[in-house]
Amino acid sequence: MMRPSSGLLVGLMRLLVGAYPRWLGCDPGPAQRIYFANHTSHIDTLAIWSALPPQLRATTRPVAAKDYWDKGLLRRYIANQGLHVVLIERAKEGRQGDPLQPLADALEQGESLIIFPEGTRGTAALPAAFKSGLYHLAQRFPAVELVPVYLENLHRSMPKGTIMPVPLICTVRFGTPVARIDGESKEAFLVRARDAVVAQA
Amino acid sequence: MTPHQKFYYLMAGVAGLLTLASLIGFILGKRARSDSSRAVVDNLNSRIRAWWMMIAVFAVAFLLGKDATLLLFAFTSFFALREFITLTPTRRGDHLPLSLSFFVLIPVQYLLIGDNWYGVFAIFIPVYAFLLLPAFAALAGDTEQFLERTAKIQWAVMVTVYCVSHAPALLLLDIPGYQGQNALLIFYLLLVVQLSDVLQYVCGKLFGKTKIAPVVSPSKTVEGFVGGGLGATLVGGAMWWITPFSPWQSLGLSFIIVLMGFLGGLALSAVKRSLGAKDWGSMIEGHGGMLDRIDSVAFAAPIFFHLTRYFFSA
Repeated sequence: MMRPSSGLLVGLMRLLVGAYPRWLGCDPGPAQRIYFANHTSHIDTLAIWSALPPQLRATTRPVAAKDYWDKGLLRRYIANQGLHVVLIERAKEGRQGDPLQPLADALEQGESLIIFPEGTRGTAALPAAFKSGLYHLAQRFPAVELVPVYLENLHRSMPKGTIMPVPLICTVRFGTPVARIDGESKEAFLVRARDAVVAQA
Repeated sequence: MTPHQKFYYLMAGVAGLLTLASLIGFILGKRARSDSSRAVVDNLNSRIRAWWMMIAVFAVAFLLGKDATLLLFAFTSFFALREFITLTPTRRGDHLPLSLSFFVLIPVQYLLIGDNWYGVFAIFIPVYAFLLLPAFAALAGDTEQFLERTAKIQWAVMVTVYCVSHAPALLLLDIPGYQGQNALLIFYLLLVVQLSDVLQYVCGKLFGKTKIAPVVSPSKTVEGFVGGGLGATLVGGAMWWITPFSPWQSLGLSFIIVLMGFLGGLALSAVKRSLGAKDWGSMIEGHGGMLDRIDSVAFAAPIFFHLTRYFFSA
């Protein structure tokens, strides 16, 4: 069952930015996955989430920065009630233990994740270099599919520093899952993962 | 006949036409053998299905009254502008003028119609938006291709908001002896424009040989234009009883609507291709985007509006 508030969010996303899914390299199946995407706007998370079919939304949790999503009533409501996000600490200071632990917990429960491996929003159409979190998760959970996602046009719709999206037709392109190669270095893997996102652009 | 009775007769006529079209599509679908004829018939059938949907939406808006009709056209403008801007290269510095276009210009333009304020309706976008949008863009301090960007946004807003809004603006007109029936004029305009598009498509598929502008619009042919345009003009002339026009006046105005619709399709096709696309979008199954369906309306509506206003309104 889709909650009315979720329906409202999805409807608003369709109206404003489209967020139409394009399943180019895989099907919207029930496999456990890490969706990883380029990051250019505050509504990226919502865009990918809206592009997923309702039954996948129930088991897919966006990973989001605590310093942004834990602020203010509306954001916290969307984050917890609507998106059911996994919050992570971005700042190096003041965090204890493994910052990836909340993600690992969610994966152990069989949930899928949406992550933005650049760690922060960029301004260009193509993503910056990836941070290593994706690599560590890929190593710890070898059975989870790694699906590259390219968000088209969102950097035009709601660029850094703006609070209102310009309505544009944005597509969410799901690519072929990235395979793991035995003995591959962390750096080589992260480059390959980024290329897989760029390939959908 | 009351306006509502006329409306129900019209709807029955349109539903009859669509039923006939659906039947023909069904039979053609059974007969199609080769892959290419299959593709043409599949496209035809999705077009017909989309027509049922569009007519249903329009009929509901009409029955709900003026506010619903304005809301329908406001959303039409919204989706058309969204398609236009998606294909237009814009820069970070265009963010403010673009936001204003969607969230201020569209609501204000349609509220002005709702408020019967013709004087401001007619100049709001060509004067105020024309001057202020580039001024706001200049505030962002990006001079890269500034004139091109300004021109593209202005063009997008003129076509998708200003021109399209002239269809529901027919509700503004005070035509002696025709009070309370203006919504039928919107129906008349849309019927002639869209029938002209459909008949040109059909005549083009059946008899089309001589291309008018192969680079701009490969599907437009002399045979299609003459056959389809003539058919739509005659039907429009025969619809004089829902308008304040005499049969001959109705024939003349229909001819102008057909001509402007054709020119609109041609000009916007050239714009679309200069932006590197074949369709404006994929919102309406079989037709392409919203703007593929209303390009002809955008050109026909302002001319039809002003001719009617000049010659028939009080």
